[in-house]
Order: sequence, then structure tokens, then C-alpha cells
Amino acid sequence: MNKKSNIRDRFPLLNVKVNSNTLIYFDNAATTQKPKEVIDEITKYYQEENSNIHRGVHHLSQISTDNFEECRVKVQEFLNAEFSHEIIFTKGTTDSINLVSTCFQDQLQKGDEIIISEMEHHSNIVPWQMCCQKTGANLKVVQIDDRGNLDMTHFKEIISNKTKIVAITHISNSLGTINPVKEIIQLSHDKNAKVLIDGAQAAAHLKVDVQDLDVDFYCFSAHKLFGPTGVGVLYGKEKILNSLSPYQGGGEMIEKVELYKSTYAPLPHKFEAGTPNIAGVIAFKKSINLIQEIGLQEISNYEDKLLQYATEKLLEIKGLDIIGTSEKKSAIISFNIKGIHHYDLGVLLDKMGVAIRTGHHCTQPVMVRFGVPGTARISFAYYNTFEEIDSCIIAINKAKKMLL
Amino acid sequence: MNTSISKIEQEIIEEFELFDNWIDKYDYLIDLGKSLPKIDESEKTLENIITGCQSQVWLNAKKIDNNIVFTADSDAIMTKGIIAILIRVLSHQKPNDIINAKLDFIKTIGLNEQLSQTRANGLTSMIKKIKIYALALK
Repeated sequence: MNKKSNIRDRFPLLNVKVNSNTLIYFDNAATTQKPKEVIDEITKYYQEENSNIHRGVHHLSQISTDNFEECRVKVQEFLNAEFSHEIIFTKGTTDSINLVSTCFQDQLQKGDEIIISEMEHHSNIVPWQMCCQKTGANLKVVQIDDRGNLDMTHFKEIISNKTKIVAITHISNSLGTINPVKEIIQLSHDKNAKVLIDGAQAAAHLKVDVQDLDVDFYCFSAHKLFGPTGVGVLYGKEKILNSLSPYQGGGEMIEKVELYKSTYAPLPHKFEAGTPNIAGVIAFKKSINLIQEIGLQEISNYEDKLLQYATEKLLEIKGLDIIGTSEKKSAIISFNIKGIHHYDLGVLLDKMGVAIRTGHHCTQPVMVRFGVPGTARISFAYYNTFEEIDSCIIAINKAKKMLL
Repeated sequence: MNTSISKIEQEIIEEFELFDNWIDKYDYLIDLGKSLPKIDESEKTLENIITGCQSQVWLNAKKIDNNIVFTADSDAIMTKGIIAILIRVLSHQKPNDIINAKLDFIKTIGLNEQLSQTRANGLTSMIKKIKIYALALK
């Protein structure tokens, strides 16, 4: 626990006052706060190292290039990827998914099938709908059960030799469900389908080993791992990435440009057109260092305890209903209180310094599935405490009293 | 009923001056929301809905004599409280007066700052819809 209180001190924003209360930040599934070393690294880059990467021969450019590429190796190590060129830097998870859903279009024909699930974030639904519109492929959707688990029987029914790609979330951002991705990947590979896993909610909370999973594409965002916004990762198997056409044309991604034709750079640069978020990528390394310093096992164990404690405390509140009650859950709790609109609750909690998220969480189909217009959602990170949960429960009871 | 818009605005400003903490202010908004007369379910249509990311508002208008009368509802109680205030100021007024109303009182009573950007956008959409009705029923 001492280890953890030291960690808290490294996040300046956790000491900020909101509406005269010390902030309780329970919106970590949306984005996490940033440790001082990440913030300092961004400043340091702009003050001491700023220069464009890869092309420059001068001193600063070489420093930036080295630091940028070190982060790629760091991510490779973090995911246990075979090669560092299998790590593509993007703007975020959404960008990573769009890259795959766009570049994969060449490999699809009319009548092919793409499988997603009912619990996907809009970012893992809309790009595939667009992909289907372009290619004539059909979208198939795996259902979820009343507890918010993927219906694996249904998955086995709909996957077939027509399935070309399966795009499923590792952890549901609105229900907290941890999906059996390894089993999904095996079943999909049995049918020669590729698999993309949306790891936005998973990468900061549990150990991801892309080789052990044998996953074809894995995506996540730095900002949900204590890193900067505007940096995302797309992991892809070398062979598959090589088989895809480039995503965007421009600088960096070329080998040779003539006026009427060009040849493309090898991986990873083929998919990184234009100047990337250099400061963000360099600072991202610091956030991975922090996660490795704490250890993902420790993070996962501690967050499980927070989840269990908060779930028990919340269920003591009369009329409170938790949406998403899978046995395998990450530290995300969606709930509603009878007779109270989630939005009213969110506004009052904010007045008391408790930051939660309210609404559909970019998962409208999940809301439809559970017959609610939206939910209030609490999501934890390693820096959260049991005391904060107690304060949040007091605030919820106070808000409830005002609203009912 | 036809008290001028600025006079009602002044009344509301004075009422809000009485509150010295956010809890009282929000309690008042909640009470206003609860006291807003319900509208018939059949009047909640796709034509009169103002959709926000967070809560939904249904707003109706009809012309009685030369004035416009507004009725509204929302699924969130505090949003309802805000509409109740807008209705108190702008209902039973002449179309031109509604169109020209500057509604500076919203800033004075701190409604726009108290509310998140999301909600502030909702407030802007509500005022816009009210003015569009006034224009259409002129």
C-alpha cells in the first residue's frame, strides 16, 4: 500500500480541488491522469530535443529519432511482440481500428463476413460498417447475455469459412466484461479468419502477450495507460501488415517517389505517413516504465480488490442496479439508481468533487440491449483508494437524497 | 400573465441571490424540475425532441391569442428545472419579444457556468428551439 501512496504523489492532478473538494477521479476508462515524469518528458522534448525524426542528419534529429524508436522497442517488449516493426504508432485506438478496417478492404469480397460483438465501443462498430458498405461484406454480431458475457455458443454458430475478420474488444468499456479473447482467436483461426482485439480498456490493467494470444491485430491508446493523448498503438503480425496496402500516403511512408508512381517504405514506416506525435510517443515510454515498475499483476490484483469493495458498497444502496455482472470483470462499474437519471447523478457528484462518466459510453447497442438510456459509470486506476470509494458512496447517497 | 420578459428575469435573479451555496441552488432547480407540469406522452415526438448526449428534452409550442405558450419535459430532472426557468420567462409572451430576448439573466444567475459544456450546449439548443418556434408562429 505504501508503494501505492508514493505512486499517487506522482500524479499532480490528483491533488487538484474541484468545486472546493479534493478531486476523486473515477473516470479512468475514459482517460487516466498523467504522472509527473510523463508531463516532464513532454516539456523536456520541446525545450531540449524538438526536431523532426528519421530524416534529419543533425544532432537533435538523431536524439529524437533514437528516443522515438526506443519507445517502439518498449512497446514491443510490453506486448511481447516478435519484432519492433510490428508496432505501428497511430493517433489512438480508433485510428488503429480504422487503419485495419480500411487497409483490409482489398482482401474482402462481396459476401465475405466480418464479426463484431454487441458490446463493442462505437469505434469498433462504425469502421466495420463503413468497411462493409465499401466492400459488400456482411456484418455479423455476437450477442451478449444478461450478465454482459459474450454468448460464445452464438459466436460458434455465426463464425464460418465466410468470416474474414473478427473484431472484438478485450474488455468492455461499459460493462467491464473481460472477454475470452484467446478462445475467440483460436476459433477464428480454425476458420482462417483474422482477429483484431480492441485492447483500449485492457492494456493498462492486465498483461497482454500478443504471441501467446496469437492475435493478428491488437490496438490500444497511450492516454488510457497514464500516457499522453494522441498516441495509439497498432500491433500487427509482420506477415499480415506486409500484405496490407498503405493507409495514408505522404512523407515518411515512402521508399522512392517519382511523379507518377512511388514505392513504399518497409514496416513500420509504411503505415506512419506524416510527422507523428513525437513528444507524445517519447513521453509514452515513461508511462510504460511506470506500469512496469508497479507490475501488471500488482495492478490487476489491487484493482480487483477495488472492484469488489466498490461493488459491495454500491449494492448496499437501495434501488441501485449494476449493469454488467460478469464473473470476469475489470474495474469498471456501470449502474443506475431507480427513479434517478444518470445525468442528474453525474452533475451532483461533480459538485461534490467526484468525477464519474454518465451516458451511453459510446456503446449505444449495449444500452439498447439492457433497456436503459444510459448509465453512471465508475472506473478505477491503480492510484484510486478504498477511502475514495467510501467518499463516493457518501456523495451518491447525498445526491440520491436530493433527487428523490 | 403578460409580465414583461425583463421583469421576470429580474425576479429570478433576485430569487437566485438568496442562495449562498450550490446545494440550495441545485435543490431549487430540482424542485422546479419536479413542479413542471407533465406533458402527454403523445406530445413526445421526434419533431419536438432536442437530443443531447446526456438527456433528452421535448418542447412544444402553441399560439394562444397573440402569445406563445410553451410546454416541455425531460428525462433528467435538472434539465427539466432549467426548462422550467426558460418557460417561466418566455412562455405567454409575444413572438417578437421571444425572438429578441437576450436572456442575460442566465449568465447573472450563473446557470451557464454551473453547467458543464455538455449541458450548456443543451441550454443553447433549448433557447434556439424556443426562438425557432416563435419565428414559425409569428
